[in-house]
Amino acid sequence: MGDTGQGLATLAQYLAATGEPHQLLPARQQMAFTLGFHIVLVPFGVALTTLMLIANYRGLRKGDDDALLLAQRWSKVAAVLFAVGAISGTVLSFELGILWPGLMGRYGAAFGFPFAIEGLFFFLEAIFVSLYIYGWNRMSPWAHFLTGVPVPLASLGGTAAVIAANSWMNKPGGVTVRDGQVVAVRPLGVFFNGAFWYEMLHMFLAAYIVAGFGVAGVYAVGLLRGRDTRYHRLGFLIGFVSAAVLVPAQFIVGDTIARYVFQSEPAKFAAIELLPATGRHVPETLGGILLDGRVRYGLRIPEVASVLAGFRPSTEIKGLEAVPPQARPSDAAVSTVHLAFDVMVGLSCVLLALGVWFAWLRWRRRPLARQRWFLRCSALSGPAALACLWSGWVVTEVGRQPWTVVGLLFTKDAVTRQGNIWPLFGAVVVIYAAVGAGALAVLHAMKRRWQAEGDTAVDVPYGPGTRAGHAERGRGAES
Amino acid sequence: MWEANHTWLIYCLVILWSGFPRAFAAITTTLYLPLGLAALGIVLRGAGFAFRKAAFRTPEQRVYGLAFALSSVLTPFCFGAVAGGIASGRVPTRGAGDPVTAWLNPTSALGGVLAVAVCAYLAAAYLRVEAHRRSAPDLEHHFRTMALLAGLGTGAISIAGIFVLRYDAPHLWHQLSHRAVPLVVVAALCGAASVALVATGRITGLRLLAGAAVTVIVLGWGVAQYPYLLGTHLTVDEAAAPVPTLKVLVGVAVTAGVLILPSLVLLFRLAGRGRLGMSYDDVSH
Repeated sequence: MGDTGQGLATLAQYLAATGEPHQLLPARQQMAFTLGFHIVLVPFGVALTTLMLIANYRGLRKGDDDALLLAQRWSKVAAVLFAVGAISGTVLSFELGILWPGLMGRYGAAFGFPFAIEGLFFFLEAIFVSLYIYGWNRMSPWAHFLTGVPVPLASLGGTAAVIAANSWMNKPGGVTVRDGQVVAVRPLGVFFNGAFWYEMLHMFLAAYIVAGFGVAGVYAVGLLRGRDTRYHRLGFLIGFVSAAVLVPAQFIVGDTIARYVFQSEPAKFAAIELLPATGRHVPETLGGILLDGRVRYGLRIPEVASVLAGFRPSTEIKGLEAVPPQARPSDAAVSTVHLAFDVMVGLSCVLLALGVWFAWLRWRRRPLARQRWFLRCSALSGPAALACLWSGWVVTEVGRQPWTVVGLLFTKDAVTRQGNIWPLFGAVVVIYAAVGAGALAVLHAMKRRWQAEGDTAVDVPYGPGTRAGHAERGRGAES
Repeated sequence: MWEANHTWLIYCLVILWSGFPRAFAAITTTLYLPLGLAALGIVLRGAGFAFRKAAFRTPEQRVYGLAFALSSVLTPFCFGAVAGGIASGRVPTRGAGDPVTAWLNPTSALGGVLAVAVCAYLAAAYLRVEAHRRSAPDLEHHFRTMALLAGLGTGAISIAGIFVLRYDAPHLWHQLSHRAVPLVVVAALCGAASVALVATGRITGLRLLAGAAVTVIVLGWGVAQYPYLLGTHLTVDEAAAPVPTLKVLVGVAVTAGVLILPSLVLLFRLAGRGRLGMSYDDVSH
């Protein structure tokens, strides 16, 4: 592959001069870009398919045609996104080898095998998604419902396997390393490493929150545009309620994880709290960055960080100075982690408030379609929840730097030293943009067709018998 | 079900990096160019296929179709070239071999061209049978011609390959012509028999024979290389991960067989039942 220009060459020379392999920057950027793309699809595999089953169950139990229609349409959306996930997941598996041979070559025996389990779950998910989509109208309604049940379960299993690999990098367990080579592996110790359950539960809840608010947002826009039908209200409610009830739970889990990180990953915790020096009575810094080793800007609330970490103002929190110099994260990495954490917690508070607002509206029995400001905020809740997901992922990944496997492998030793990553990165960006745009175009075309064809033309679940009596549905589907 | 295809590929990579991490790192640091190209090809192929099906307008479908077709040639070529690089011993144990000659060499060219030809032949043979099942005589005729051309082409490339391997990969050639010779003969017979079936217009056993020819030749490659994983410098035993990891991999494979096969059968039965109206249900398997 050729040179990509003077600027990049200069940049590469600069980076080489600073002692980092010149592939480190493009490799990390590419990994972040492709993982950031892929992680968006996870909530839809795990959670949208659960919402689909909830709607399906309700439709069968109460003879609710609107719910059945929602379930059928969500199953098709899930299938499109699932296909995109298969593509980006394949690229990721190539990237692990091409970008990070130091990681795979040395720790593949431990880090690698959870992906085999993930592959198994992914395969099952692929099969049952197909069964469920094929099964509309071709199986008895309850048998068809049952073919959908394995989908979110398999997706959850796959997510657990990937989280096992990821959390192992934060808290490597189950391996004996001699001379930089893995000489013994205890698979259960690898999979259920110290950080596994925390990360798993956190991601699990996040998936439901993102998918729920995302779905609710789609129908909120429909309601705002005057499509005040039962179909839209039901679509909104199923999504919104599933997400909103889990936000408080996520706060409890997140708070527990923060204390776990305080105890077991002090370097990450110091970065989260933007804390250069070890101390007691540590204030909570909101916003702000680390510049030349000193905290700049930001709002400080006295004592709060110490109280949150150990319930007492006198709790000692280790600062970045406690980290050995060669393993100390850069100022930029620390600032990134800190700001990402603030964004995650800040937006979560907004989402919590939105849930409370909704509860108040229900309690006062206000009709949803007239609450325009509430609906506008709900329309943005999906993107906000996604921003939380991304931020949380940045906290855990950037917060691990400069390690790839904490205590065992530096990122600069994991990255490839061959070739030039920039052209590959460029090609990946172009292709992902095309795949993303293609997926959006397909979803948009599906929406338009559902809106245009409406009741008589849309293939209504379980045959003609369920079609009657919902003329208003013809006017619109998703917006 | 092209996702099954992707899953299978991911699976191969996972087995390689978990079961033989050193060999995996050696391969990726040497053959990153064809592997990267293959990955791009796979993405385009998957996207082209999925979106072509979901696109409603003909021009859009054509674009997606073109992406699908081009990447369907690029990807097997790259994988064939990777196989050629490994088989001819151009991947050093420590990795970081020559990024150009490791996949642009006679054996890799043979591997790449052979992979494309084999894919073309298998596809034409399978579609030939499928066209017959669906009673589409014009398609049947078309795929018969295609299968014949691809089959004869694959045979010619294989014969030319004997000379290529003899000069470029003498160790592999020696093993193929000694230890693995029964498998090579069986593969050649299966291939020839399947082409004969195509030529005489018969379909019974065609897919089985064509598939067997390819499977057996891959097995033959394995037998010829054993006990080495890379060239004659890294054995399978040396490259293998600690035993517990291998046990997990075997366990996953067994579980996959137990769980996935029945569900696949269910899916194909359901998909088949959906097509009952399309006039091929009278043809028995």
